[in-house]
Amino acid sequence: METLWFILVALMLTAYVVLDGFDIGAGIISLIVAKTHDERRTVLRAIGPVWDGNEVWLLAAGGALFFAFPLLYASSFSGFYLPLMMVLWLLMLRGIGIELRSHVSDPMWWSFFDFVFSISSLLLAIFFGAAIGNVVRGVPLNADGYFFEALWTNFRVGTNPGILDWYTVLTGVLAMIALTVHGAHYIALKTEGDLNGRARSVAAFGWFGLVLLTLLSLISTLYVRPQVTDNFRLRPWGWIIPLVVVASLVAMQISLRKGRELAAFLSSTTYIVGMLGGAAFAMYPYLLPATTNPSYSLTIYNAKTGAYSLSVGLVWWAIGIALAIGYFTFLYRSFRGKVVLDNEGGY
Amino acid sequence: MDSALVIHRLHFAFTITYHYLFPQLTMGLAPLIVIFKSLALWKGDERYNKAARFWAKIFAINFLFGVITGIPMEFQFGTNWARFSHYSGGVIATALAMEGVFAFFLESSFLGLFLFGEKRFGQRIHWLAAFMVFAGSWISGFFIIVTDAWMQHPVGYEIAADGTAHLNSFWSLLFNEWALWQYVHNMGGAVITGSFAMAATGAYYVLSRKQEEYGRLFLRVGVIVAAIASLLQLFPTGDRQGKLVTDYQPVTLAAMEGLFQTESGASIVLVGQPDTANQKLDNPIYVPKALSFLTHRHWEAEVKGLNEFPHDQWPDNIPLLYYSYHIMVGLGTIFILIMVTAVLMLWRTKLFNSRWMLWIVMLSFPFPYIANTAGWITAEVGRQPWLVYGLMRTNEGYSSNVSAGNGLFTLLGFMGMYTVLSILFIILIWREVGHGPDFLSGKNHEHGKMDLASAA
Repeated sequence: METLWFILVALMLTAYVVLDGFDIGAGIISLIVAKTHDERRTVLRAIGPVWDGNEVWLLAAGGALFFAFPLLYASSFSGFYLPLMMVLWLLMLRGIGIELRSHVSDPMWWSFFDFVFSISSLLLAIFFGAAIGNVVRGVPLNADGYFFEALWTNFRVGTNPGILDWYTVLTGVLAMIALTVHGAHYIALKTEGDLNGRARSVAAFGWFGLVLLTLLSLISTLYVRPQVTDNFRLRPWGWIIPLVVVASLVAMQISLRKGRELAAFLSSTTYIVGMLGGAAFAMYPYLLPATTNPSYSLTIYNAKTGAYSLSVGLVWWAIGIALAIGYFTFLYRSFRGKVVLDNEGGY
Repeated sequence: MDSALVIHRLHFAFTITYHYLFPQLTMGLAPLIVIFKSLALWKGDERYNKAARFWAKIFAINFLFGVITGIPMEFQFGTNWARFSHYSGGVIATALAMEGVFAFFLESSFLGLFLFGEKRFGQRIHWLAAFMVFAGSWISGFFIIVTDAWMQHPVGYEIAADGTAHLNSFWSLLFNEWALWQYVHNMGGAVITGSFAMAATGAYYVLSRKQEEYGRLFLRVGVIVAAIASLLQLFPTGDRQGKLVTDYQPVTLAAMEGLFQTESGASIVLVGQPDTANQKLDNPIYVPKALSFLTHRHWEAEVKGLNEFPHDQWPDNIPLLYYSYHIMVGLGTIFILIMVTAVLMLWRTKLFNSRWMLWIVMLSFPFPYIANTAGWITAEVGRQPWLVYGLMRTNEGYSSNVSAGNGLFTLLGFMGMYTVLSILFIILIWREVGHGPDFLSGKNHEHGKMDLASAA
């Protein structure tokens, strides 16, 4: 049962990264690829009807994590106190950057919110990547399952690391590149003309960075946390995950060259699913490893909630997610195709 | 000010008080927008659609601010109240997680359709989108109330071997008696905020002779809904909440009412200043025997005073609790007086020409915000010293691994961020109200510039 909830929470977090990832990526590249007022409106229009729904996956995943593993929620949210609060501020800035731009017709107002949107998206990507890095590397948990991490200590991985060390900075940059490429594929898919061309160049250029950083992060992960290979030895079917990642990178390059926008976007989606799936697979059954004493680590067994909640939860969760998938299918179908600028509904 | 407990309490109190300024308007406006959309479909009159579009603009701005200030709330259970989250997550996280999957997906998906899809999908789908946004926001409110109600009156749980609370009855949690009355009372408060805002906007348009046709429409819908909601707020919903407090939190009732000594035939105090040190009320103005009747339906019934309870069970801020409760009830009574008068004048067709009444309606819009805030302070300060009533004290629940210095750092950060948000919010709402419904006739974005001048 707890294994099932581990998978469900991981799936919801992955859904968040895939969906809100392209909003964040669109934000990162918007200043570069969209030059004119109408192009910037087009970028906002491409994500406008969906970004808020996409962000809900973060809340829903957070809620599910709290529900299934209350100790993990309590421990990690208080231990990652400072970076989480900064993520909250960035999410606020990102929200107003998208939504408030259109309310006033004034070039200075537009410039201000364009900048807010872009910089908050960039920092969000880095923070999220660093967060994953922290979880993989482990944190200085005490015997009660709590910790508190400073933003940085000496930038080394060890028993008393900070939020930022060389490894988590690396995963932060990897996430930034991955989401930039992901967002560029999405903008290419949703637009035409110059904007489309520039988005494709960003994706093509970013691909090399993505390959390089994927390799680098893989090697460093093996160095920082050698235990990640255990599950691959134990369950050899897991080797399919790295194959998926490699295949998605190859497919992305081929689709880019042939100008298949949808295929390229789906490849990038597969890449993200593969990377996060790989991390979850390698971590299982650990939720938050301890750098202090391995026995202090939070696992799905010592962090889970009561058995009754978990089984009742399956029922309402299944109903709720089925409905949510229904709404999302309807929403994305409704706004499918290239963005056409008209004057309804803002941006 | 340097204790971590104080900082964490202030942190949550500040961010949630600020947050709730926005959802109370969106939850209150959502049903009113559905009313306009339904009237438009039913009567085929385009003016109702224009009215709906105007309020959708106000709604959208409030919704955005509600979303971005709401995300921190979901995080702060863990960040600032980690030990509480660990203790009660086995119960309340069911409600919070259900809010995510049942409410947030619904409202966020259909809000996109509602704001972007009117031309593209036609009026019927647009009505459906408006209704779904309404449903989503009200479902969201329900799960939050379920969470708070469990903290006020825990049910459906057992204490597991590790000392934390685990759910043992899903339906008891959802249909907690406390939750049901608190929910209708809270949603009534939201409708009061929404309908007062609508009536006040209408009064402004009529008084300023701008877009008077819409002004009259907003006044009609606003004052009728506000009068009904204000009456229901007193009875039955407020009355039933009072009964629950009497039964389950008698010490809170005594503190709310400023009743230091047990009395038979207890009087209800309208105005007066509690003096906690000397355990008495200064300068009281009261209605004899009314408290006994309201709480026990009997004029001579005995009402327990604070003297019956040990000091360590008393709410830790009795003056704040006493005042917030009296402000809520006092304002609620004034709302009934204003809106019932306005409805009578509307019925006698005098409202639109009565400038003094329109001024009153226009200037009354901030007070529902104060009443709702005071109501929540009553509920939350009244629960003290407990975090979960009778089970966990507030000083046992905060994140002891997050120091006061780190807590104050982010509290100040939120204060700065929310100052900026407040300024932006006021500018944007001011502009929308300045534009009015007639402005939203299609290609509004291209004349934004021109209208910046006329709005300012």
